[in-house]
Amino acid sequence: MKKVQLTGAHAAAEAMKQINPDVVPVYPITPQTPMMEKFCYFKAEGQVGTELVLVESEHSVMSVAVGASAAGARVMTASSSQGISLMNEVLTVASGMRLPILMNVVNRAISAPLNIHCDQCSTMNIRDLGWVQLFAETPQEAYDLTIIGQKLAEAINTPVMVCQDGFITSHCVENLDILEEQKTKKFVGEYKPKNTLLDTGNPMTFGAWQMPNAYMETKIEQEKALSSALAEYPKAAKEFAKLSGRNYGYVEEYRTNDAEAVIVTLCSAAGTAKAVVDSMRQNGKKVGLLKIILLRPCPYEEIGTCLEKAKAVCVLDRAISFGANAPLYSETMQALYGLSKKPKLFSSVFGLGGRDLFEEQVENIFTGLLAGKKPKEYIQ
Amino acid sequence: MAVNIKEFAEMESYFAPGHGSCSGCGFPMIVRTVMKAAGKNTVVCLATGCLEVTSTQYPRSSWKTPCVHSLFENSAATLSGVETAYRALKKRGFVKNNLNFVVFAGDGGTYDIGLQSLSGMLERRHKIVFVLYDNGAYMNTGNQRSSGTPYGANTTTTPVGSVLKGNMLSRKDIVRIAAAHNIPYVAQAAVHNWPDLFEKAKKAFAADGPAFLNVFSPCQLNWGIGTDFAIEISKLAVNTNFWPLFEIEKGSYKLNFRPANPLPITEFIKPQKRFRHLLEPGNKPIIDKMQEETSMEWEKLLRQCKDNI
Repeated sequence: MKKVQLTGAHAAAEAMKQINPDVVPVYPITPQTPMMEKFCYFKAEGQVGTELVLVESEHSVMSVAVGASAAGARVMTASSSQGISLMNEVLTVASGMRLPILMNVVNRAISAPLNIHCDQCSTMNIRDLGWVQLFAETPQEAYDLTIIGQKLAEAINTPVMVCQDGFITSHCVENLDILEEQKTKKFVGEYKPKNTLLDTGNPMTFGAWQMPNAYMETKIEQEKALSSALAEYPKAAKEFAKLSGRNYGYVEEYRTNDAEAVIVTLCSAAGTAKAVVDSMRQNGKKVGLLKIILLRPCPYEEIGTCLEKAKAVCVLDRAISFGANAPLYSETMQALYGLSKKPKLFSSVFGLGGRDLFEEQVENIFTGLLAGKKPKEYIQ
Repeated sequence: MAVNIKEFAEMESYFAPGHGSCSGCGFPMIVRTVMKAAGKNTVVCLATGCLEVTSTQYPRSSWKTPCVHSLFENSAATLSGVETAYRALKKRGFVKNNLNFVVFAGDGGTYDIGLQSLSGMLERRHKIVFVLYDNGAYMNTGNQRSSGTPYGANTTTTPVGSVLKGNMLSRKDIVRIAAAHNIPYVAQAAVHNWPDLFEKAKKAFAADGPAFLNVFSPCQLNWGIGTDFAIEISKLAVNTNFWPLFEIEKGSYKLNFRPANPLPITEFIKPQKRFRHLLEPGNKPIIDKMQEETSMEWEKLLRQCKDNI
């Protein structure tokens, strides 16, 4: 183990370097850009053997990824916001063709109006496209989840995205521990594809079209494969914990055991919430945080179990669903629905387009929850 | 050395019968000719379109070589990924054979929605042969106009009415657009002249970088020509100079065929229902413009070919 100081973007690039994938398609977009720049630097310095493909759009990023993965290569890439929206069409091909591509996503607001700062709307827009979604709070988690995610993708033949917050995580330097490169390589292992387009001795057609008599079965198989992450992710995380000492569950429960008021959130806001929980706990307030790490497939049962003992819960969404409940709130509500005893549940949307979230605002929510008050719909 | 017809007939095409293309369709002949030049060690990528839906309906496939289809507009990018993976995996010793890579796409998937992806592939110098089977409209969805549709053609989105008389825009010059990427080999061919297409395909696969072939591919259904007329209409396209056969090798233009007595454009128009309205007296200006553009393009090509005629 080695201590280093890296931004979230560079931490993910470091994990990619250690994995040394066969093919990486590259296209710039703020705030993902430093990740791919760093990876291209590794290539220029001969630190990776990867074939880079500098394409002309994110649509082609994912198209190259699909082609290379179907050919049997290990493929990684990264994008943000408009980029993941542009490649939306190809994301479903990657999952439908069951290709274990890993993509780092740096969460950024989506147009219009143009805004390059952090929120999770565009990331939430692609949550139902058949990819595993893991959410990182810190550069450390971005590094760790990239390595765990790669192993998971190949175990279930399903693509994985690892998401971190734009600027707040991607551009801020933190201390982290990285594994020795050989240990990372051994952990992910050599990629042995089941099928490859390059085997002309056993020619196969990839991406055939299907009539109603077969399409539905294919989709059910795909759903089973994605859901199998609920079993395979803990295995990969446990093996990683042996190497690193760092444990990852579906969620992170932070002082929730006897908590009366709990906040549920994703990514960097969890760091702010933890600081508030610590200071309020010092004053004897029973508050806690539930941070979701795995959102797809959604671990409903575990979320329910974590929250059932609380009196009041507020879900903090850094995303908005127009005309519907905010995405994480909606998932949390579903997790609670079947429980006989459930907490009061509230929603609060914050941080759109990079609006800061302050400790005081989080404290106000906790104080309100403890007093039985409904939090504000929007934290502005 | 040109191939003789016996040898050619006996060559494996790696494209099995039983596909569902219409009788009298042009592209199966194009595919078989190109695949004979490509050989067994070839990976095929299809853009969404007639060829893709008629040859890859699950659980059957006409392809005896590996074949991949992703989407409509990204065949060049998809095969770029495959070809890059090939280089990466060859380096690791995972692949031993030398492989050829070929895209087959229609005019919609090339001139229109696929143009950006194609340009990227050409610019990055992937060793890929891109074959455009050009039937001049979105035939898989039922004959809608593309930017490869000829001037004057009746399509379902440029229908002939009392005011509008079909497609009023001229075709995009896709061959020269490809050539402008300074790739080693670009050629235009037509389905009836298989020795020419076969030689061009061989040159394309031997090229040191990307190659682009634009092949005239009759659609009997939407051109309204009958199932026995693909070869005849292809000959007429060439003999009227509507579809010259030429190649651009390392930037140098060469004319591959010069009709002894070029026919007027009306000889190409008359047998096709998509142009039938042009024969009405009031529409003569449209025919005149077609003739004028065809002659102008032909003269331009002759100037570009200079000594290679």
